[in-house]
Amino acid sequence: MKIIPINSESSSEPENSSQGKEPALEIIDLKKSFKNNKVLNGINLTLQKGENLVVLGKSGTGKSVLIKCIVGLIEPDNGELKALGINILEQDEKGLNTLRKKIGFLFQSAALYDSMTVRENLAFPLRTNHTITDIEIEELVKDALENVGLLNAIDKMPTELSGGMRKRIGLARTLILKPEIMLYDEPTTGLDPITAKEISHLITDIRQKFNTASIIITHDIACAKIVADRIIVLKDGICSAEGTFEELQNSSDPDVRAYFE
Amino acid sequence: MGKNNSSTKETAPDDDSKDEPLFPNFNNFFTEVTLISKFTVNIFKNIFRPPYEFNELLKQCYNVGCRSLPLVGITGFIMGLVLTIQSRPTLEAFGAESWLPAMVAVSIIREIGPVITALICSGKVGSGIGAELASMRVTEQIDAMEVSGINPFKYIVVTRVIATTLMLPVLVVFSDVISLAGSFAAVNIKGDVTFYLFFAQVIESLDFADVFPAFIKTFFFGFAIGMIGCFKGYNSNKGTEGVGIAANSAVVLSSLLIFIIDMIAVQFTSLFQ
Repeated sequence: MKIIPINSESSSEPENSSQGKEPALEIIDLKKSFKNNKVLNGINLTLQKGENLVVLGKSGTGKSVLIKCIVGLIEPDNGELKALGINILEQDEKGLNTLRKKIGFLFQSAALYDSMTVRENLAFPLRTNHTITDIEIEELVKDALENVGLLNAIDKMPTELSGGMRKRIGLARTLILKPEIMLYDEPTTGLDPITAKEISHLITDIRQKFNTASIIITHDIACAKIVADRIIVLKDGICSAEGTFEELQNSSDPDVRAYFE
Repeated sequence: MGKNNSSTKETAPDDDSKDEPLFPNFNNFFTEVTLISKFTVNIFKNIFRPPYEFNELLKQCYNVGCRSLPLVGITGFIMGLVLTIQSRPTLEAFGAESWLPAMVAVSIIREIGPVITALICSGKVGSGIGAELASMRVTEQIDAMEVSGINPFKYIVVTRVIATTLMLPVLVVFSDVISLAGSFAAVNIKGDVTFYLFFAQVIESLDFADVFPAFIKTFFFGFAIGMIGCFKGYNSNKGTEGVGIAANSAVVLSSLLIFIIDMIAVQFTSLFQ
């Protein structure tokens, strides 16, 4: 894959942002309530570089809220969030936007821009980097599409794509900024088992190819088995269990085992 | 957190609040006014802040302007035609039939043209913007822009508001001209007036005080349509139901604002006459 500098602003970032011994992501005592509903009640979490972490939990346990807090879409009530050594909650608008370019987010619905072609969708995140020429953008778009095996869909509109294709294009659009951390919000939901398996393998391929640290929120145990280095289970706003797939599968806690049955 | 104020979704009043206010509608009204004011301030803050989205602005100008031309043209022609046909009997009764072009021209240029065109655009453009942005909100496209480090408020809202502000005056001028053409056609249904004579009377009847204030207020109409459409769409919630609500309330509120702006403009203009 051709190397073209994407995050030109990164030179102003602290030097330790992507080097040294810091974990990719560190969450300390994260709390978030909506009215009287405590969704996150003191989450503590560390994500190492190159690690795939799967988050399991019932609907409404705050899995999506957790990753939306990480990218600043939701402001937490309390706690500390460090990504690549940078405290997310202390960033101003510019700093937050710079950091966001290093954190990829795949939405459940893929969130492709309806009014743009696949090519325009992928080129869109690159538009703020004025050091990249149109030719280089075209190359990056084609490379990203090749990575997800959909180069032939380059001129299609999102409405012409299947669910699996939309997810892949969404993934390609996220990867085009070469993020160091990837956040997947239910990447296999709504897909048939074969396509879901393909997406799961794509997630592991991405980790191997780009050494990204990833948080994968899923209800799909088959997906979790393929992608997870480590799994945490959210319950009542905290991490109630943590371990590898096999460890949690044989857990003494019937609530945890229930996910694997 | 250094949250992006400009892109932050303005939250709607809390429906489930335990402390029910004495006059909930009044409370909601003032909350809405406050949120709209904050939204407007954010628009002005972002207009002058780089990067400038010229390509998107041109695209939106095309969407708002060119795509509204047929509708505005047809309604403008019918408006001129009907106004002339309806006014003729009254003027005939006073023996003032020759004043027909002048009367129609003053009515159209000063009041009916701008207001009717703005109302049509409120229905077509305002509802379109409201529905489009609400559906972008529902399908997380706005969030996707935000997480890729792009200011969605600047890209989506500011460009649309500028486009409606710039394009509505153009549409009104176009509508006025077509309306006068419609009036000319109506005059010639029963009479025989030359094109030159008709437009000579029209131009003679109009002065600067008729044309200039009417033109200036169309910028405000355009701003109101774009701003309300964006406000309702950008802050939409309640899922797909919210898309319909956003489109509907964008039309209702922007139509109301058009009349309020018109009333203020008329009062303001009358001070100098």
